[in-house]
Amino acid sequence: MTNEVRDVVIVGSGPAGLTAAIYTARANLHPLVIEGAPSSTSDQPGGQLMLTTDVENYPGFVDGILGPDLMGRFRFQAERFGAEFLTTKADRVDLSERPFRVWAPDPSTGLETEFRAHALIVSTGARSLMLGLESERRLIGYGVSTCATCDGFFFRGQSIAVVGGGDSAMEEAIFLTKFAESVVVIHRRKELRASKIMQDRAFKNPKIRFLWDTVVTDVIGDSKVEGIRLRNVMTDEETDLPVTGLFVAIGHAPNTDLFAGQLDMDETGYILTGDGTRTNVEGVFACGDAQDHVYRQAITAAGSGCMAAIDAERWLEARDEAPPDLRETTTEW
Amino acid sequence: MGAGMLMLTEQNFDEEIKGSDVPVLVDFWAEWCGPCKMIAPVLDEIAKDHPGKLRIAKLNIDEQLELSRRFDVMSIPTLILFKDGEAQLRIIGAKGKGQLLQELRPFLA
Repeated sequence: MTNEVRDVVIVGSGPAGLTAAIYTARANLHPLVIEGAPSSTSDQPGGQLMLTTDVENYPGFVDGILGPDLMGRFRFQAERFGAEFLTTKADRVDLSERPFRVWAPDPSTGLETEFRAHALIVSTGARSLMLGLESERRLIGYGVSTCATCDGFFFRGQSIAVVGGGDSAMEEAIFLTKFAESVVVIHRRKELRASKIMQDRAFKNPKIRFLWDTVVTDVIGDSKVEGIRLRNVMTDEETDLPVTGLFVAIGHAPNTDLFAGQLDMDETGYILTGDGTRTNVEGVFACGDAQDHVYRQAITAAGSGCMAAIDAERWLEARDEAPPDLRETTTEW
Repeated sequence: MGAGMLMLTEQNFDEEIKGSDVPVLVDFWAEWCGPCKMIAPVLDEIAKDHPGKLRIAKLNIDEQLELSRRFDVMSIPTLILFKDGEAQLRIIGAKGKGQLLQELRPFLA
């Protein structure tokens, strides 16, 4: 597999990458999807939806569908048309010449392996941000959780906190009320940025209360979470809140470190695209949350994945039709 | 889940863990946990690659809440490696095969 130059390699396997895989596979481009490695954060095969429960706004699923089930369906559909998958995480790329090169540990041997592609589709998505506290890192798995759907169960009858004010925070808070006795949502502003429907549900939930204008400055506990230290940003007053669990949903950062210095990005690391999904490197296309900090929906990611597939297909076709003297120098020796 | 996979319960836990000649890697998991499902085949592979060196055992936390509490499991997947009946290593959260092997290597000799 290593010596063959693929038409298309797709890095990342959320809704964007898998939709690009479906389209390029159906176009007989035999895509290879480097889908990522298992993790308990959103940086994993299937992406952020793997850590969610009900997806209620993906068109066609009238009664909603579980996030992991939806991604399972995307993946089966791509496989059905011949997409190949590698369960490993790309750790290096060279986009300075074509064919492009991507390196990743071989999933069975762990040995660094090189993959080459004429066209590259970047769909590495975004990951959840953490607070960045030493105590938070130390207590992951001991009350600090990166996965409400995995760990909510352990907080039955307990008092817990969710940090954040967006849709993810509301979804987690509402989900966690199935188990917890009470859920405190801690938000650094006076109003939520979550969608209206999620806000309404959270406000109506009798187990949820809100602490506004408040940030978490420390997680208290030696071997497990016993509480959190809070600071009111208006008054600077510090208080301790006894909770046994802390769920962090304060926003996202794009998984684009891999491409730093090679693809143009904005100051927060989102890949810049223009004229569809084109990046500054000809033959490299970007889709999904790696280049979108505005919409960040499963359906918009899938839509941009489709665009990247079509852009890549047309680019490959145009390149093949170009007269020989205009074609790039072949490196297939 | 492979056939013949060791399923741990309140009844057989001490016997299986204490009585094992090889290290036992206990996988605390649940049906509703996505990352747990993702590492299950990885664990099967690791066991297959190291015949006679390591046993994988499953512990369903929904059914065995007492055992989860006994080992302070508050997040799944959690993997605990028992050697000579003692917990020697704890891995929290799903990880890829390479990372898991790195952590398990000292116990696979």
